[in-house]
Amino acid sequence: MTEEKLNVVGQSVLRRDGLGHVTGKTIFIDDINFPDMLHLKMVRSPLPHALIKGIDFTKAEKVPGFIQALTHEDVPKNIYTILCLIGVGPDEEPVLAEDKVLYKGEQIAAIVAETEDAAMEAVSKVKIDFEELPTVYDVEEALKPGTPVLKHWGTNHFVYEGHHCRRVRFGDVDKGFDESDHIIEGRYQTSPVEHAPSETTGCVARPEPDGRITVYTNTQALFFTMDNTALILGVPFQKLHFVGGTVGGGFGGKVDVIVEPIAALAAMKTGRPVKYKFTREEEMRVSSSRGAWRIYFKDGVTKDGRILARKITTYADAGAYNRHTPYAVTKHAANIAGPYNIPNVWIDAYCVYTNRQPSSAMRGFGVTPASFALEVQMDKIAETVGMDPWAIRFINAYRNGDMKPHQKVVEDATLIEVMQAAAELVGYELPEKFKKMSSLNREEA
Amino acid sequence: MAIIKGTGIAAVNYPTGMNLGGDPSQALIHATTTGNFFISLSSTDLGQGLKTVIAQIGAEALGVPFENVLINTADTDTGPHCMGTFASRTTHRVGNAVVQAAQEARKVMMEVAADELEVSPDDLETDGQGNIRVKGSPDRSIHIIDLALAAHFKYGKTISGRGIYMKPKSDVDPETGKMDPDSTEAHACTVAEVEVDTETGEVKVLSLKSAYEVGRQVNPALVEGQIRGGSLMGMAHALYETTQPYYPAVDHMPGGFSEYVLPGPMELPEIESVVLEYPSVNGPYGVKGVGEMTANSPIPAIVNAIYDAIGVRITDLPVTPEKILRALEEVEI
Repeated sequence: MTEEKLNVVGQSVLRRDGLGHVTGKTIFIDDINFPDMLHLKMVRSPLPHALIKGIDFTKAEKVPGFIQALTHEDVPKNIYTILCLIGVGPDEEPVLAEDKVLYKGEQIAAIVAETEDAAMEAVSKVKIDFEELPTVYDVEEALKPGTPVLKHWGTNHFVYEGHHCRRVRFGDVDKGFDESDHIIEGRYQTSPVEHAPSETTGCVARPEPDGRITVYTNTQALFFTMDNTALILGVPFQKLHFVGGTVGGGFGGKVDVIVEPIAALAAMKTGRPVKYKFTREEEMRVSSSRGAWRIYFKDGVTKDGRILARKITTYADAGAYNRHTPYAVTKHAANIAGPYNIPNVWIDAYCVYTNRQPSSAMRGFGVTPASFALEVQMDKIAETVGMDPWAIRFINAYRNGDMKPHQKVVEDATLIEVMQAAAELVGYELPEKFKKMSSLNREEA
Repeated sequence: MAIIKGTGIAAVNYPTGMNLGGDPSQALIHATTTGNFFISLSSTDLGQGLKTVIAQIGAEALGVPFENVLINTADTDTGPHCMGTFASRTTHRVGNAVVQAAQEARKVMMEVAADELEVSPDDLETDGQGNIRVKGSPDRSIHIIDLALAAHFKYGKTISGRGIYMKPKSDVDPETGKMDPDSTEAHACTVAEVEVDTETGEVKVLSLKSAYEVGRQVNPALVEGQIRGGSLMGMAHALYETTQPYYPAVDHMPGGFSEYVLPGPMELPEIESVVLEYPSVNGPYGVKGVGEMTANSPIPAIVNAIYDAIGVRITDLPVTPEKILRALEEVEI
């Protein structure tokens, strides 16, 4: 460890915004209001998979306070994918649904009105003619022939450079299995989870006298959201000005770009400030959740606990659209084999679409399900070979200089050290050989 | 029917930075004539304390008091580009950008001080209290307010700096998955102690005791905040949280906090932790990302502890009383 002399790094100085947060004085999106501000509420699909045959706004337009309805025809570049900014494609999600919907709660039409109540009432009066379609909810079902196909490219999975899935191929797993004394398999399933932020997703878009639009937003990524908004609206970047930086809880739930483009569009169309903020129900049932993952392990292990081969097939349930899941699957593939030194690894990681509300980023994106599955699997291995759960981890722990399955050399490893410290914390007496082990080298104790 | 205790462990790694890199963040620093330093960013603070931590890094790198460093974030007109707050990246990425910007600003600051004190910049040091002084002669010093005034009105110099940090984007080999996904890896090991009621299927987490290795703690109280929040979130994922309780079926979806099960104060376990510091190669002052990781190790540790207690391994999250009772029934038959 370095002995650099530091003044303030390493000190628990009082956080500057803490008092504002705990006394309710910090300004969040709900505190931002303008005298002539309109409210936007969304007409959503009541069905998980359906064709839209027609929309009738006649009754909605008669609600006192109704200002305007927006449909996909009003959105200059309606079909997008958020990750286009880092080269992920193709575009596949509509800002507002066109001829069909892929999940219950999908955005179909925006209603802008003088008050929230008027907007909600008008939303309830929009009549939509649907033709219901069969659904698919299970990730493995979705990949079988004969199930409803959700994507225009003809499959229910994302395509990784021509492959069905993100692959990792390292060593020879079949050879590893042959040399193993035990084959240990496991199936792991995680569940969709809500981010449950204190503050729901929202923004206020305000047209400025100079023709620009200021968007006050609680996005986790200002430029990312602004750039996507400009592309969707087909406006030059300089027309937009995003202001934020204070977010009442993100956890990954505020990196999708959902409310800003439509609120900015409504502000441009009406010439008035527009607020679009999710209700708690929208936040829970419509906005992206943590994705559910299904993970299959097959490990080849010697009788003395050395993992020789690890074969993993894993499915991310993206729900109806990409959002950030194609990215997460690659991150998952880089981490699912775990912080262990395993000579033969084979991974197929799928990004699968279903008729579910889209999943997207959440704290530990792609890695949380990986850590869950592989650390329960490690205990299963320990039990099978008749070994202590600590021992199986020490024996297989990666160390600096080892090669990871994605062919990156390990540096900054401290798995052994945190295990040693945790054992000490709980008063568990480790065998001397594990106490002496170090991540810094491969010397056996 | 009994209440049975069990213990489980889990050890995890967590990558710092956007997967595959290509996620730059910039920082601009300028001193005003008040002797305060503004750091302009477009990064967002989600409640984790970014604004505080970045001011600490800026103050350290400039050599000025924490109180004199002000953060201006986030505004796309005034703040330079930041990819966003996610992937346990901001302390690492933005911190590095701030250090770089601070070095440039500090260089001007020291040059002006050298002119004022009639010495070479190499003979100067900052005391972290707002003074720049001649090494070995602490009486010969200049305060940053006087320095900032001199720079502006006397020398016509801006005390300012630009910083950016970018890990170049790595492409994945589609055949082998070869890639360079992360900047560094933080690590954690959690020991969970649970109590399972075999009559009701309910699990009570008694304690979560963990060791974390985070490179360098910029603000230990804020790291502790992440640890406590993450431990509770991990516990919630393990035992309670789901928007689709019968996944892959979509029925019984909650629509609010009265229907969505989260742990409250009654479920709060004993949380104890130790934090190790092995500075990373490329983080500012050796930091690694800690935010996300803290939620991960409790989940498998709790599931393993449940197995230790009752001998059934539930591999389908969350581990609800219903799943435990059904699994126990199968074992008993």
